[in-house]
Amino acid sequence: MNALSKPQAGFDPYAAREQFPILKRDVNGKPLIYLDSAASAQKPEAVIEAVADVWRGSYANVHRGLHTLANEATAAFENARATIGRFIGAERSEEIVLTKGATDAINLVASSIGQTLEEGDEVILSQMEHHSNIVPWHFLRERKGVVIKWAPVTEDGRIDLEAYEALFSVRTRFVSLVHMSNVLGTLNPATRLAEIAHAHGVPIMFDGTQSAVHSHIDVAELGCDFFAFTGHKLYGPNGVGVLYAAGDWLNRLAPYQGGGEMIAEVSEDGVVYADAPHKFEAGTPAIAEVIGLGAAIEWLTAQDRVAIHAHELSLLDRMMAGLDEFDDVRVLGTAQEKGGIVSFVMENAHAHDLAQLMDKYGVAVRAGHHCAHPLMKRYGVTATVRASIALYNTAEDVDAFLEALKKARSFLI
Amino acid sequence: MTQLESDIDALVDEFDLMDDWEQRYRYLIEMGQALAPLGETEYCDANKVKGCVSQVWLVLDDQDGRLIVRGDSDAHIVKGLVALMERLYSGRSPQDALSIDPKAVLGRIGLAEHLSPQRSNGLASMVQRIRAEAQAAA
Repeated sequence: MNALSKPQAGFDPYAAREQFPILKRDVNGKPLIYLDSAASAQKPEAVIEAVADVWRGSYANVHRGLHTLANEATAAFENARATIGRFIGAERSEEIVLTKGATDAINLVASSIGQTLEEGDEVILSQMEHHSNIVPWHFLRERKGVVIKWAPVTEDGRIDLEAYEALFSVRTRFVSLVHMSNVLGTLNPATRLAEIAHAHGVPIMFDGTQSAVHSHIDVAELGCDFFAFTGHKLYGPNGVGVLYAAGDWLNRLAPYQGGGEMIAEVSEDGVVYADAPHKFEAGTPAIAEVIGLGAAIEWLTAQDRVAIHAHELSLLDRMMAGLDEFDDVRVLGTAQEKGGIVSFVMENAHAHDLAQLMDKYGVAVRAGHHCAHPLMKRYGVTATVRASIALYNTAEDVDAFLEALKKARSFLI
Repeated sequence: MTQLESDIDALVDEFDLMDDWEQRYRYLIEMGQALAPLGETEYCDANKVKGCVSQVWLVLDDQDGRLIVRGDSDAHIVKGLVALMERLYSGRSPQDALSIDPKAVLGRIGLAEHLSPQRSNGLASMVQRIRAEAQAAA
């Protein structure tokens, strides 16, 4: 955000909707009700234009260019990095690595940290992790004999803090936890989780894929060593994500992928790596997309995020109250600290049937395991329906969702 | 008109009685509900259809040179599609089975959307499996 623009007080979701061209289209002859933003959010004109402007007006490969376009693109690219850093409260732009997405960011950390781990070393995850924060650690289990320890999830969908703390041992080397669950919507007590890890001398990473969208992030307040998130759920483009690494972590870690952009010097006998963060950015980055993410963040932070949060929570309450009217619906994730993600199962109705039928009424929800098999097992289900709320949703959307669910139910029960 | 052609016409006629998609879906789901369950041991991995987001089992047998199709699913709509496949393919000779154009039939009964490769309901995999079985027997 530039120094002149101040957030507008209050938030009007109807005005905000107008900025999202896709929300004007129909689906199956019905107005689109998009409640799948936790999978990917729609994009405002500001982002669409920012990306198009790069391609139309100032596109070239970034860094080391000696011509005007290359310099313009580099300046816009690095400006986006600075915007992203400010957005999460990073001290310096050098703490921000631009990745392909959150998955890429987590793989980077697991791979680089993994090089320092030995057989029998332990990593702590939770039962509510997305597969993107599970499989990279399974790689280390398979390849190096690293042991994964699982923090259990309570019935209402929180990480059991006592059980989490009890997992630490002298062999614990790393903790990686989701900040806001993509299934339950629970916002985990990050500051406390980090304090516990640090009390045991263990670094911690948060997967902030959902929390970066729905809550104010200040990495200093969270006290984490690493924070990963993605652009496309934050109203930005696909193919760009962010890894924040506190202090000199990036200087201490070995590089992840090798290639151009990440080196200072290459000879037949060896390599001198570039300084962080470039050391971790091999190959041509997603130039327009990074600049687009910067634009998405500027667009978002120019608004009253406190009011947006209140708006999303009011829709969450409306949705939870509406689902409560269904005797055969069970919502997974009922913790107090919860954002606009609602997963549920209906007795005798398969989640896929419900989602398919609701789509016929124009309502887009997701059904499946949501890349969280261990969590599905924890709750004894194979699939849930998930409705997720974004700033452009309205009370009418929630009502249409409930109405469509009622109709879908009538086919099955 | 061959037996196969008149069977397909009869199926199309049944769906033609439906006014809108809601009735067609209800009818499809009813067809699924009328399916006889498989034997307990038939709910095995070998019979599971891949490429489907819900669970689908398909059992293919050969009875006196005729293809026998049975199956089940834990999801209602997919179970209806299994019933549709049973209706379409079961009791056919391998040659007849191979001559069926499932896409055309689904189009005629207003359910073409289910056979697009983007749909992860496994119907395309089901058809593939049935056709492979028929091919082997032909």
